[in-house]
Amino acid sequence: MNIPTASFALLALSLPLAAQTYKAPRTADGKADLNGIWQALNTADWDIQAHSAAAGPAPMLAADFAVPPGTGVVEGNEIPYLPDALAKKKENFAKRYSDDPEVKCYLPGVPRATYMPYPFQIVQSPKTILISYEYAGAVRTINMDKPTKAPVDSWMGWSNGHWEGDTLVVDVTGLNGKTWFDRAGNFHSDALHVVERYTPRSADTLLYEATIEDPKTFSKPWKISMPLYRHVEKNAQLLEFKCVEFAEELLYGNLRKQPRGGAAPK
Amino acid sequence: MSHRFFQVVLVGVVSLTSAVAQTASAPASTKMLAAKEGAKTWTPPKTVEGVPDISGVFTNASAVPLERPKELGSKEFFTREEAEANAKKVENTKEVVAPGTYGDVHYSMAQFGLERGQSTLPSTVRTSLIVGPEGRVPALLPDAAKRQAAKQAANRGHEFDGPENRGLSERCIIWGNEGPPMLPVGYNSDLQIVQGKGYVAILQEMIHDVRIIPTDGSPHLDPSVKLLLGDSRGHWEGNTLVVDTTNFTDRTNFRGSGENLHVIEKFTRTDPDTVLYQFTAEDPTTWAHAWSGEVPMTKIDGPIFEYACSEGNYGMRNNLSGARAAEKQTAAK
Repeated sequence: MNIPTASFALLALSLPLAAQTYKAPRTADGKADLNGIWQALNTADWDIQAHSAAAGPAPMLAADFAVPPGTGVVEGNEIPYLPDALAKKKENFAKRYSDDPEVKCYLPGVPRATYMPYPFQIVQSPKTILISYEYAGAVRTINMDKPTKAPVDSWMGWSNGHWEGDTLVVDVTGLNGKTWFDRAGNFHSDALHVVERYTPRSADTLLYEATIEDPKTFSKPWKISMPLYRHVEKNAQLLEFKCVEFAEELLYGNLRKQPRGGAAPK
Repeated sequence: MSHRFFQVVLVGVVSLTSAVAQTASAPASTKMLAAKEGAKTWTPPKTVEGVPDISGVFTNASAVPLERPKELGSKEFFTREEAEANAKKVENTKEVVAPGTYGDVHYSMAQFGLERGQSTLPSTVRTSLIVGPEGRVPALLPDAAKRQAAKQAANRGHEFDGPENRGLSERCIIWGNEGPPMLPVGYNSDLQIVQGKGYVAILQEMIHDVRIIPTDGSPHLDPSVKLLLGDSRGHWEGNTLVVDTTNFTDRTNFRGSGENLHVIEKFTRTDPDTVLYQFTAEDPTTWAHAWSGEVPMTKIDGPIFEYACSEGNYGMRNNLSGARAAEKQTAAK
């Protein structure tokens, strides 16, 4: 290795994730190839902000369901909640084990689907990019054609995408106000607008960035970012995590003929 | 649901009146009526990755039932005139309730495009989706019939005890249209096929499940891993995607099947707007022989909308709370 190359390599290592100039493999139509099974390796689904480890909801399950610690994925770590919204976030946290949409196996919304502790798969074609998430069979299709307007609000929103160099930029609107960002009660309204950026940064990692804008909930836009890792196992494949039946006791337990735990039906 | 519910035109009927044009690539047995004349010279396009392009948004809604009506005996095909009359009959079977009535508050079939007469119905002269002179699902083997009866008996009298006593569809776990095999239902028989490098994804509107089918020659999952939708592997044979699915659970219960269900599906694009879907189902613990069917899938305007099922499952809550209320009433008497 000659000296200029070596110093370039050192420079690349010292640059922030986004500024690296990795050239991704191409699909046949010349776009960066994002096909594959990806997953975040962080604890953002427990809390997108920095947090210490904590006991879980079920003491009898001890370490298994404790909250793993994390350094957070929010840039600057502060979320600019409006005063009422901050109070609501605290209320959500207090009720997180019954009110979090994930506890009920509801569709997770965007961006949460990206960093849940389950893999997702990108199926890339020129006009449509489909993302299939293992959690709850959630899915979204990204329209790569002329952008279209969300016809109605939905759990996974309405996605229009375009390429900026090797970066897939996805504009997400039409999200209903029912999903949360994490198990810590961070939330948004139906005015949520998310702009996601998926940038290849090495053969097996993507940089994921999402700008969050919601004037009903936050005083200004804010940003999360994290790497996503490719599942390189030879036999990697999305399996079924159809959690609806795991949530039936929570959703309908009080309506059973013989309630479990002896409580009378309401 | 797509914008098609504004298109009250029954495309199938229109195309049935055009001349029979067997496409070169369509299997000879299908007797498909091509939607456009001159389709003989049509060559299916390739994706950017160089495999046959079967992508798009489709409906597999059909005027033809899975099993042949008994009065038709072994008559496998209609004449064009008979097929047209049959499609008209289906179109005119109004599943509509009187406007302004209680039923209308729940579902106005006409209004929301739930009625088959408002769907794009691909054209076919078949009398049943099941092919062959029998035209019906084979009778259950004695052991399979016993298995079915035992399941039903175990639930009898407990139908409303709790969520587990309700069917998988009502619980929003899996719907019968999802398959495989993927068969039309009364409404929203919509699906989208997206082709990535090395796999084909099929998204069915109901109930938002995606089948991701690798076409890379990888083997099936270990038999210990069971999936409600099974484990699908595909490969290309000429212009046809052939998909082999195993690893079903014993809860899938396709027409009485058990966990040994094995489904082979074929997807062949026969003209710009049509993918012919063919399937064979076998399960030696359920039927004495394999059986096959086919249904054309027709391109429709997208998009596929989000069918969030469990998130709005008032039916389950209402059924269970209704049963509890009825028990209270009985006890008070």
